[in-house]
Amino acid sequence: MIQVEVTVNGEARSAEVEPRLLLVHFLRDVCRLRATNVGCDTTSCGACTVLLDGVSVKSCTVLAAQADGHEVATVEGLAREGELHPVQAAFRAEHGLQCGFCTPGMVMASVGLLQANPHPTEEEIRIGLEGNLCRCTGYHNIVRAVLAAAEAEA
Amino acid sequence: MQPRGSILGTRVQRVEDPQLLTRGGVYTDDLVDDALASAVHVSFVRSPIAHARITSIDLTALRAAPGFVAAFTAEDLALPGARPMLATIDERFTRPILAAGTVRYVGEPVAIVVTEGYYQAEDVGELVDIEYDPLPPVVDPLAAGRDEVLLFPDVGTNTVCEFLPEHRDEQLFENCEVVVSSEIVNQRVAPAPLETRAAAASWGSDDRLTMWLPNQGAQTSQRALAALLGLDISRLRIVTPDVGGAFGAKFGADPEHAAVAWVARELARPARWSEQRYDNMLAMTHGRAQLQTVTIGGDRDGKLRAYRLDVVQDCGAYPAIGALLPSLTRMMAPGTYRFERVESAARCVVTNTTPIGAYRGAGRPEATAAVERAVDLFAAEIGMDPADVRRRNLLPAFAEPQENGSGALYDSGDYPAALELALSAAGYDDLRREQAERRERGDVRLLGIGLASYVEITGGGDEAGAPSENALIEVHPDGTATILTGTSPHGQGHATAWAMLASDELGIPIELITVRHGDTDLVPEGGGTGGSRSLQQGGAAVQQAARELADIARLRAADMLEANPDDLRIDRDRAAITVAGSPHVAVTLAELAGVERLFVRTVFTAPGATFPFGAHVAVVEVDTETGRPTLLRLISVDDAGVVLNPLLADGQRHGGLAQGAAQALFEEMVYDDDGNPLTATFADYAFPSAAELPMFQLETMETPTTYNPLGAKGLGEAGTIGSTPAVQNAVIDAVAHLGVRHIDMPTTSRRIWEAIQTATTNAEGRL
Repeated sequence: MIQVEVTVNGEARSAEVEPRLLLVHFLRDVCRLRATNVGCDTTSCGACTVLLDGVSVKSCTVLAAQADGHEVATVEGLAREGELHPVQAAFRAEHGLQCGFCTPGMVMASVGLLQANPHPTEEEIRIGLEGNLCRCTGYHNIVRAVLAAAEAEA
Repeated sequence: MQPRGSILGTRVQRVEDPQLLTRGGVYTDDLVDDALASAVHVSFVRSPIAHARITSIDLTALRAAPGFVAAFTAEDLALPGARPMLATIDERFTRPILAAGTVRYVGEPVAIVVTEGYYQAEDVGELVDIEYDPLPPVVDPLAAGRDEVLLFPDVGTNTVCEFLPEHRDEQLFENCEVVVSSEIVNQRVAPAPLETRAAAASWGSDDRLTMWLPNQGAQTSQRALAALLGLDISRLRIVTPDVGGAFGAKFGADPEHAAVAWVARELARPARWSEQRYDNMLAMTHGRAQLQTVTIGGDRDGKLRAYRLDVVQDCGAYPAIGALLPSLTRMMAPGTYRFERVESAARCVVTNTTPIGAYRGAGRPEATAAVERAVDLFAAEIGMDPADVRRRNLLPAFAEPQENGSGALYDSGDYPAALELALSAAGYDDLRREQAERRERGDVRLLGIGLASYVEITGGGDEAGAPSENALIEVHPDGTATILTGTSPHGQGHATAWAMLASDELGIPIELITVRHGDTDLVPEGGGTGGSRSLQQGGAAVQQAARELADIARLRAADMLEANPDDLRIDRDRAAITVAGSPHVAVTLAELAGVERLFVRTVFTAPGATFPFGAHVAVVEVDTETGRPTLLRLISVDDAGVVLNPLLADGQRHGGLAQGAAQALFEEMVYDDDGNPLTATFADYAFPSAAELPMFQLETMETPTTYNPLGAKGLGEAGTIGSTPAVQNAVIDAVAHLGVRHIDMPTTSRRIWEAIQTATTNAEGRL
């Protein structure tokens, strides 16, 4: 067992964990933040996407131990004082989610994408979200939501 | 037209979204419940071999492993197994919960491992020692049909059931100037919802089971699970958490679900299961998997006369819903066309592969793919534009129900209008000009334009007869309301849509309306969500319940206000009953509910299934040097009658279009000759991302049905049904001038490139 301390959504969380514990399971089972989902076992689907020190990562492919001393942001920490983050608001307005399972990861990937490229083209969004799979929306409204969020944040 | 001020037909944002966007849905694996405290973790050891005898199972090494709780094999379980779904199928095709003696596909569960934690399951599962004596596998359904290798030697055949015409017409194509025939593969695909299968089971002190289950209809799951466990349904409660997509594959209950319930009882501890993606790809049912032979005949002037469809349905190792799919395919065989004669037959066989179940469209996309490919083959043979062949042969518009010559009664439709709308929205003539220019210039990147006209069946009845659904609405003294529905949303937005319907009748704001579903104690009856049935039956039931509730409220208000009920009106601005002409005299629904509970439960019954229709146009670019296809545009007309919420309707269409296009271009569950699945992870399976798909161009067309007061038909599967053949036809169209007539799905770069090479070589040979 090893001791890790991770700042999650601005709050310090420490625990003694198995060295092999994945960050996604640290978030879900240690921190009890269960918005972040696991959709595959090959780092393909992106349902587990969170921000690690501001950069989007797939938390199924990061060990909790690797996050020791770092900052993690999940979708639970995105809204401020009851106000949806522009990306969340755009996903709602554009109907960028249906079953909701890919949504937390998709939203965090979009936040990461817009931080790196605040004014992406449609093609840049499509390529930027290539690692996040959605089975419900056909991506049409997800892409529109990210375009709208970029517009709103401008 | 809806009355002015109605929210019906408007883009209402979803009430579901704030939770899903901020705290996430509560899916089965997320559940926190006292009844599940200290639950054990269930996992399955699955067969790595497609066909084998199990010679020994050794569980001794597990017992000392950290976290080990228990392990079980088929010998431990005294459960009846999953019987075939059709009474006409030999009962010896029954599927055991765990493989007993023989494994019949890679992924079949052989042993249950129970551990304290889920990481330990990985460690402990590896210690299970199973020895297999391999048997020859049969993977190809045609080979299976020859019965040289038998999955069930006792039965003596791999053919599960056959559907034949009453009498085979040997003269079917007698008066046709041109007859074209082709074999078409409608390949096996994986439903692949983002949430895999899961379950949580807890037996109460009253020996009653509560089962949390991601599903598409709790009541259907309750019956299926009760049958698997040999329980009376009164001893089984299903609760439906949020469901992360289903696409047809989460109806009913699977053997693994029964195993989880059994473990919880055996160990007297709550039990949970959440499968990994690899297990899901191997063991959740797959979809489609038909080999089709189409034969189409007509005249050189473009008139179609006769059509025959022969289907071999691969059911996988055990006949599940897969054995039912060809009936729908046969019923919808002639599609939107006026043939003089139609004939179809189907044979269902078992193979050493994952069982086949429902996947978005379930039997109807297969019918549309076959006939739309056949029409294009006919058009190519006679050298006519495929749009013109369709124009010549589509059924004319009709408002009265009409037989399709294949066992379906189409309720209403205007197929020519849908086609013309799609063609004009696409700019069809301009596209053809551009295509010709590129060909003349010798461009490396060729343009392909593909069409599909489709009609499908939605909201059909069951064995019990006419399609129906129930709804209950209660208004509470605090002014809020609750709706209970027998439908089961998993992304479709029923909480929003049903609230809109009730709000429109009663004036209660949708934010104050809670929609509940999926708990069999709360909603004992219901047909769930599948077959695109929910709005036309479940939504119609909600509207009917709201109207009945308003009537009751008027009668009660009449007593209270000492007024004639005929003089009372519902005031939707105040959710109140008022006296006509004296709006200051009013009693709110909430006040009425304070006096006496105010609720209605009602059942809406439809006269029959509805037949939404449409037309899709796909535009692709094919790189002739690499064979790579790129989907540039997908234009859809999906007429599902009157639309309740365009936001939700468009979302359903987008998702369906993407899945349909993905079948045409990318997706296939591939097995090698030994029955080893080669695409059992998301790294191997060609699940499309945003980078592979374009924006979709949706056109609006609404032809109401008279089968329900909403005028609505089903829309959930429509996108999937037309888009697959439209995209496939577009790919073939791009290289048709080279002599290519057909390329099977998925139309991968390699297949396209090979088709170009073959056609070019043949052309050179002819010179």
